[in-house]
Amino acid sequence: MTLDTVKRGQACRIVSIPDSGIRAQAIRFGIAEGEMVTCDEVIPAGPIVLRKKHQQIALGRKLAASIVVE
Amino acid sequence: MGHCHSIGMHIEVPENGKKIVLVGNPNAGKSVFFNYLTGMYVDVSNYPGTTLEISHGRLGEDVVVDTPGVYGISSFNDEERVARDVILAADVVINVVNAVQLERDLFLTQQVIDTGVPVVVALNMVDEAEKQGMEIDVDLLTDLLGVPVIPTVAIKKNGLDKVRNSVSDARPGLVEAKLQKQLDVMLNRVGNQGEALLILEGDPAVSERHAVEPGELREEIYRQRRERVNDIVQHIIKEINTKTNLATSLGQMMVRPATGIPILAIALYLMYKVIGVFIAGTVVGVTEETIMLGKYEPAVRGFVGQFMAEESALGTILIGEFGVLTMTVTYVLGLLMPLVAGFYFFLSLFEDSGYLPRIATLVDRVLSSIGLNGRAIIPMILGFGCVTMATIVTRMLGSERERRITIFLLGLTIPCSAQLGVILGLLAPLGGQYVLLYITAVFSVLVVVGTLMHTTLSGKSTDLLIDLPPLRLPRVDNVVKKTATKSYQFLKEAFPLFAFGAFLISTFQVTGILKALQNLLAPLTVGWLQLPAEASTAFVMGIVRRDFGAAGLADLSMGAMATVVALITITLFVPCIAAIMVLFKERSKKEAALMWTGSLTIAFLVGGLVAKLATAFGGNQPLPVIAVVLASSLSIIFGCRIINRNKAIKNSSVVAVGK
Repeated sequence: MTLDTVKRGQACRIVSIPDSGIRAQAIRFGIAEGEMVTCDEVIPAGPIVLRKKHQQIALGRKLAASIVVE
Repeated sequence: MGHCHSIGMHIEVPENGKKIVLVGNPNAGKSVFFNYLTGMYVDVSNYPGTTLEISHGRLGEDVVVDTPGVYGISSFNDEERVARDVILAADVVINVVNAVQLERDLFLTQQVIDTGVPVVVALNMVDEAEKQGMEIDVDLLTDLLGVPVIPTVAIKKNGLDKVRNSVSDARPGLVEAKLQKQLDVMLNRVGNQGEALLILEGDPAVSERHAVEPGELREEIYRQRRERVNDIVQHIIKEINTKTNLATSLGQMMVRPATGIPILAIALYLMYKVIGVFIAGTVVGVTEETIMLGKYEPAVRGFVGQFMAEESALGTILIGEFGVLTMTVTYVLGLLMPLVAGFYFFLSLFEDSGYLPRIATLVDRVLSSIGLNGRAIIPMILGFGCVTMATIVTRMLGSERERRITIFLLGLTIPCSAQLGVILGLLAPLGGQYVLLYITAVFSVLVVVGTLMHTTLSGKSTDLLIDLPPLRLPRVDNVVKKTATKSYQFLKEAFPLFAFGAFLISTFQVTGILKALQNLLAPLTVGWLQLPAEASTAFVMGIVRRDFGAAGLADLSMGAMATVVALITITLFVPCIAAIMVLFKERSKKEAALMWTGSLTIAFLVGGLVAKLATAFGGNQPLPVIAVVLASSLSIIFGCRIINRNKAIKNSSVVAVGK
């Protein structure tokens, strides 16, 4: 499934981030492929907020739809 | 010192001195360290080719250089490019890390260590980490990184002296064996480990400097670094409890629409009270009326008047009604400066507290429908301060497409603070329905034009990917310093633009072009907008200064509906001459000309349509006019949505076939 379908409070593992630039920036934030993250917030039709320990990141809806998680 | 590649900026370092560079993630607290280490005497210089200011100061024989806050060093944006070049030229790096966000901050630490430069780490905000229930093993972190780590609480001045004394203990840290081997190979070719690292990581600029093909190992190196950092963090942090605190729940409320929109509304209302009422009224009353118009202008007129008549051509240009020495200085220093400083104060407040990225997250959905992402809210808010400034700030946006859309919408639909005051003064007495008509019409134009541009422009906009740092109380010194720096930058960039603008206008005045323009517009104002012929003078004056235009309307006796039509037109009408100059500076000539004529056309088109609608409904009924404006805007927006959806489906099916 893709990241935009994740529900609030749900944990998931990032499987693939297709865009290489985004992938590099996500690795810096600690949200690399293979990492376990928790979904903190889903803004209706808007961004997804992910958490990994104390790190929180917001991703736009379209970007989230391109990221495969499990 | 022996660094041959003094790229970009040259900083004087005494013969026996070292270049100490401060590095850290955004909001890690670097500035406190910088102020502590350098004391009062600090040089601020522009980094060539960017809008960034780099501060440096002395610490004994050594020089301390500040860098912009970054998450890593590469070429993703100007901040990174500058930080990269300053770090590559460093003798010692003091890396300030936020103890609360080690997973994120240590990535940069490890990257700096991988460049081979001697490092000392200041582990900042340890009190905050403790409060959040974290126990950090500093000795183990020292061993794992291979560099000295000093716990600090910068805002309480704890540990700062130890950091200063440890600069001499700084040493190169531990580099993964596999990476070291790869580095050694490249090192033989380029002679510097830092540059070798960036080449391996595929940095285009550094590779070009050495005429080497950019490496393809970024992915692999980043991944290994990430694994290493995760491993370190796992070993050094013991979580005692993870109860959610007030800041966490407030942060959550800020991004949830149900609570976030009211919070944003309150924040904007406070901003309006401070900027719109206090600064625009009280402060500007003093700076513009009393100081500039009362003291400065008579003085400069008297002085220049000794050498030439005020009525002569040169006199008009220098000290006339729109003179370079009179109007420009009064306008920029007396009126715009206090307002722009007010806007920057709030923006710095929002940024330092961690609220700004949450606003961006909250509004991302709305902005994405006009081809922007949440970050575009920053120039949009600034536009209400000064469109010229906001246009410059769009450099922070991720793509040319987003810049194009934002710049056009800024010039077209955002009334700047100077104009807004006069507009509010004219609108308020007309009553709620007319105010609503004005807001509906201007806002509809913003959304409709934004949607149309998003639908028709080629290219791709970037998506939101933003770090939400823990909320904290903003630090006054930080906010004040940021406000001062940004306001000064505004002055420096905008002053020549405004001066040149004033020069042009005065020349037009002397040669009679200004009068001809007014006569040229008159038939359009009378026939199409159904306004008095004199309104065309107000429109042309709006080019000189946006508030002049709006104020010119106040002198005409017009009915309520005519006033609203005139105000809508003058809001959408081309921005002031300085904003036009910056438009031509930031975009290609062809694009700028297109934007300029575009906003002219749209202003008269929309103004005329509203006038015609108003007549059709009897001339004094705002509500049905609002209904029609809304209905037609919505139908255009939905039309575009359908087109966009079809495009998206087509694209995804192409991808599917391609696979």
